[in-house]
Amino acid sequence: MPGAIYAEGLVKTFGDVRALDGVDFDVPEGTVLGLLGPNGAGKTTAVRCLTTLLRPDRGKAIVAGIDVLKNPNEVRRSIGLSGQFAAVDEYLTGRENLQMVGQLYQMKAKDAKVRAGELLEQFNLADAADRPAKTYSGGMRRRLDLAAALVVSPPVMFMDEPTTGLDPRNRQQLWEVIKRLVSGGTTLLLTTQYLEEADHLAHDICVVDHGRVIARGTSDQLKARTGGERVEVVVHEREHIATASEVLQGFGKGETTVEEHTRKLTVPVTGGAKLLAEVIRELDTRGIEIDDIGLRRPTLDDVFISLTGHLAEAEDEENGAGRDAKGRKAKAKQEPVQDKDEAKKEATP
Amino acid sequence: MSVVSDTVRVAQPGSAIGQSVRDSLVVARRNLIRMSRIPEMLIFGLIQPIMFVVLFSYVFGGSMTIAGSNDPGTYREFLMAGIFAQTVTFATAGAGAGIADDMHKGLIDRFRSLPMARGAVLTGRTLADLVQTAFTLVVLAVVALLVGWRTHTSVGEVLGAFGLLLLAGYAFTWIGALIGLSVRTPEAATSGGLIWLFPVTFVSNAFVFTGQMTPWLRHVADWNPFSATVQACRELFGNPGVSQSDAWPMQHPVWASLIYSILIIVIFRTLAVRKYRSATA
Repeated sequence: MPGAIYAEGLVKTFGDVRALDGVDFDVPEGTVLGLLGPNGAGKTTAVRCLTTLLRPDRGKAIVAGIDVLKNPNEVRRSIGLSGQFAAVDEYLTGRENLQMVGQLYQMKAKDAKVRAGELLEQFNLADAADRPAKTYSGGMRRRLDLAAALVVSPPVMFMDEPTTGLDPRNRQQLWEVIKRLVSGGTTLLLTTQYLEEADHLAHDICVVDHGRVIARGTSDQLKARTGGERVEVVVHEREHIATASEVLQGFGKGETTVEEHTRKLTVPVTGGAKLLAEVIRELDTRGIEIDDIGLRRPTLDDVFISLTGHLAEAEDEENGAGRDAKGRKAKAKQEPVQDKDEAKKEATP
Repeated sequence: MSVVSDTVRVAQPGSAIGQSVRDSLVVARRNLIRMSRIPEMLIFGLIQPIMFVVLFSYVFGGSMTIAGSNDPGTYREFLMAGIFAQTVTFATAGAGAGIADDMHKGLIDRFRSLPMARGAVLTGRTLADLVQTAFTLVVLAVVALLVGWRTHTSVGEVLGAFGLLLLAGYAFTWIGALIGLSVRTPEAATSGGLIWLFPVTFVSNAFVFTGQMTPWLRHVADWNPFSATVQACRELFGNPGVSQSDAWPMQHPVWASLIYSILIIVIFRTLAVRKYRSATA
């Protein structure tokens, strides 16, 4: 029995660009899958195929138990989509926007009105409810857009980079909303460029690059593959590098790397903050003055480097957004030797 | 707070046509609210035809011979049907720009992910444009009366003429819808919706008497769908300058205008809805 969102061998090409090159995943009911990857990786194309916006060239897609290719209109009754742009009419008020979406989900005008009021309350938009959305801040628009996707409390939700372009405070707020949503039993597919976001919200993560899933697992599993955390130290005096290196080697789980010109030393570790405190004490005991020290956790770039050997190359958000084909094309230009990349991927276990 | 509400129920769909009408009206309402909040668009839409009335009647008025008369008053009566018809066709640009804007802002994606009737987004937009066109026509008719335009027929015939104008305007907004879905930006939709209208409205009987054109040009003008509507209006208003050409649309302008408009709606609605279904922002 497939989960609430199921994809098998999805292929979508735009011209000679394979935006999706055989993507599979299966999201059990009530869980969150994070599609993690840079712009142009095929995340948006995958979402568009599953939300009936785009017809895949090949493959199978089932959402909420309904075949997406055979019964797209049935699927539309069971899903909510919050895209990369806050897709709200800026000349309509928040209330009018939600009412309209409710009615287009085939709710009665009266019910749509009541529901709009409920959502505005829940999303902290009640004060701004009767102002045109044009006057909203970026965070408010995102919240309104998310509210619009939740008008019918659909069992399956799709969010395409829900926090791209938001400041940290608004991002935190949106995360809280998404967590509550999931605790209510909604199945969610979320795309993101941020490992941290996938880490916070997703039960399972698929790392996508060039239209393929190149790794999957929980966030911990992925981080373990990436090599986990590292301690990074910048010493004040160049002559202390050797001693500091000795100290770090004692705590590390691998080779210490040294950048002479920046006086920076890095060593992979396990043990987190507690270990960091020990390192600081030991350096202090040896009389080594430090400019900076920190525990560094793997980022999306680290995941990518370890999985593919190249950087994620996230492009400018505005340019890459919503246009996988274009994003891919731009990327192809930067990397004329795509075959080499493919080879690297194959080589990575 | 609970994000998930138990009170929400999605109604089962009624008849397909019922749903289509209902959804179209919801979208039309949205576009009308929008238009009412951008009054400057409406005002610019009015200034242009009023300017044409004034410019054409006072600049060209004295040098035009219509139905054997070179009295500026005669030209003014002749001209109005042309201005009315040109004004309704210019709604094309508004529809195109609006839909292109919706594409650009991701709204079309949202609509396409909703369980709504497929053609409703476009039908709603064209219906809203129809309301705007009707409003523009009323204002323009008042201006026309002020500069001396008169009708010389029954109320029924005059209303019939306005009916034909609205139908023609509605037909042209479907061309605009297709343009809006085919271009990348609202700006491109505006200019793309306008440029081809200039030859269409000028190679016609709208502003000049076609009898004075070279034969091939006159032939084009006589069969131009736009000319049929202008000719029908002139006839129904009892205004001077009705073409005596043997071309069928000039002999049966009311029928020709009806047939042309319906053909345009059928063809461009089909194309536009098909395009919408595969639209990609």
